[in-house]
Amino acid sequence: MMSRNRIALSSILHKEVHRFLRIWVQTLVPPAITISLYFVIFGSLIGSRIGQMGGFSYMEFIVPGLIMMSVITNSYSNVASSFFSAKWQRNVEEMLVAPVPNWVIVAGYVGGGMCRGMMVGLIVTVISLFFVDIQIHNVWVIIATVSLTSAVFALGGLINAIFAGSFDDISIIPTFILTPLTYLGGVFYSISLLPEFWQGVSQINPIVYMVNAFRYGFLGISDVSLWVSFAVILTFVAILYTIAMTLITKGIGLRS
Amino acid sequence: MQLAIEITGLKKVYKGGFEALKQIDLSVQQGDFFALLGPNGAGKSTTIGIMTSLVNKTAGQVKVFGHDIDFELETAKSFLGLVPQEFNFNQFETPMKILVNQAGYYGVPRMIARQRAEKYLKQLDLWDKCDEASRSLSGGMKRRLMIARALMHEPKVLILDEPTAGVDIELRRHMWDYLRELNSQGITIILTTHYLEEAEMLCRNIAIIDAGKIVENTSMKALLAKLHVETFVLDIAQGSTLPETLDGYALRQVDDHTLEVDIEKTQSINGVFAQLTEQGVNVLSLRNKSNRLEELFVTLVANNNLKARGE
Repeated sequence: MMSRNRIALSSILHKEVHRFLRIWVQTLVPPAITISLYFVIFGSLIGSRIGQMGGFSYMEFIVPGLIMMSVITNSYSNVASSFFSAKWQRNVEEMLVAPVPNWVIVAGYVGGGMCRGMMVGLIVTVISLFFVDIQIHNVWVIIATVSLTSAVFALGGLINAIFAGSFDDISIIPTFILTPLTYLGGVFYSISLLPEFWQGVSQINPIVYMVNAFRYGFLGISDVSLWVSFAVILTFVAILYTIAMTLITKGIGLRS
Repeated sequence: MQLAIEITGLKKVYKGGFEALKQIDLSVQQGDFFALLGPNGAGKSTTIGIMTSLVNKTAGQVKVFGHDIDFELETAKSFLGLVPQEFNFNQFETPMKILVNQAGYYGVPRMIARQRAEKYLKQLDLWDKCDEASRSLSGGMKRRLMIARALMHEPKVLILDEPTAGVDIELRRHMWDYLRELNSQGITIILTTHYLEEAEMLCRNIAIIDAGKIVENTSMKALLAKLHVETFVLDIAQGSTLPETLDGYALRQVDDHTLEVDIEKTQSINGVFAQLTEQGVNVLSLRNKSNRLEELFVTLVANNNLKARGE
């Protein structure tokens, strides 16, 4: 049984990774170009006039946030578009009729989203080396944060795809929720610069914890406690996983 | 012999209140070639959907080789191979990748899956297309690809929902031969089709479903034995004067050169020829007016409709 599940999981993962590699011009190149523009405009051109933030140059400060931003958007959009496309073409039925446990389906798609998120993150990191010398404070914090954060947003993308009834529905959440939360999540500024009220408001934004934990891994500075950040991220993983499993088990949007 | 499929009291009510299945009972023996027939919307695809867990049932029990889908769903699913009505594979993937991935979902290692994919693609004349995008395949090729996909985990039961829809006659006959071959190897086959001739030629047992109820569940032989009257079409040579009646037979003139005669099971066709010869009518050819099963099917469904209306 375990062997069957392992092979099924690797088949879904293989299919998912192959999918985004096959269409690399759509999946890997655009985030690289977008983030390069961020580096040029916010880092080199405007950043040089901003001065230091948290004891680091503005460019050094925003690099971890920009890497995390690309991980978040790509892990989310990979699963949202792939799973919805499988639903739309009905090839999701290939898995539903097979003896694949629901946790394997969730793990396979989330794993695929994590792979794309982390691959784009790696590409963006390499590009950032052309603009700034990256220092690493704690590599394990970096790995743990990027893995868990990509899992959170891959799960979010899966839930979005399960509910989506059209291709429009998979762009609503990224446009109206994900992008504002990311931009207000401390990618471009330290939340300590905000008035006290808005600092409090920022603390209900989960992306603040992800960006700060990731930044801590590179620079050793964070606006929030590292342990609180991990607790928040893990809580989101647990909640979203439970929701995704419940939806797939009940067959919401998948079985009539 | 063991039952491959055992359905008891199966009921399905869709959102909005439409009752697609009204507590049906159905069983299919291991090794059978079984036809599930019914008009559009009768409940065939819902029944298949519940068996393969694509549709949630409202009530009832489904067992696959004794494994209840409520308690041993994964084991039950591992016995089934499904060829659905609609094309439902990733049109951007190649046939080889579709087959290997599908085998993976059933726990078949990649190396074995590639060997099996080659075997089935060759058997179904798709080997030369194995690395082309599946969207470029013709309709018939796509149908065969779905059969290959359903066989990748070597199921004990193959369920085919309208497998020959839109397939040309030659290819349809090849597919019939292939399905017969699979059945002779011990695979239980459940077939839904709109081509009643197909069911008559292939299947040993049959269930007819209409408006969510099983209106007939018997052997094909027993069902066909219920047919009391067959209609024959006679093509008459030019110059012959067509008779208006034949003693003991119902006769209809279709056009100047064609007659239709209803012959009951107790009557001999020789009597028709004897009377026509006596009247100097030269018969060029003779054929069945329609598929025999089709007549029974129409009668059974019509009777069920009358019952439903309380007439």
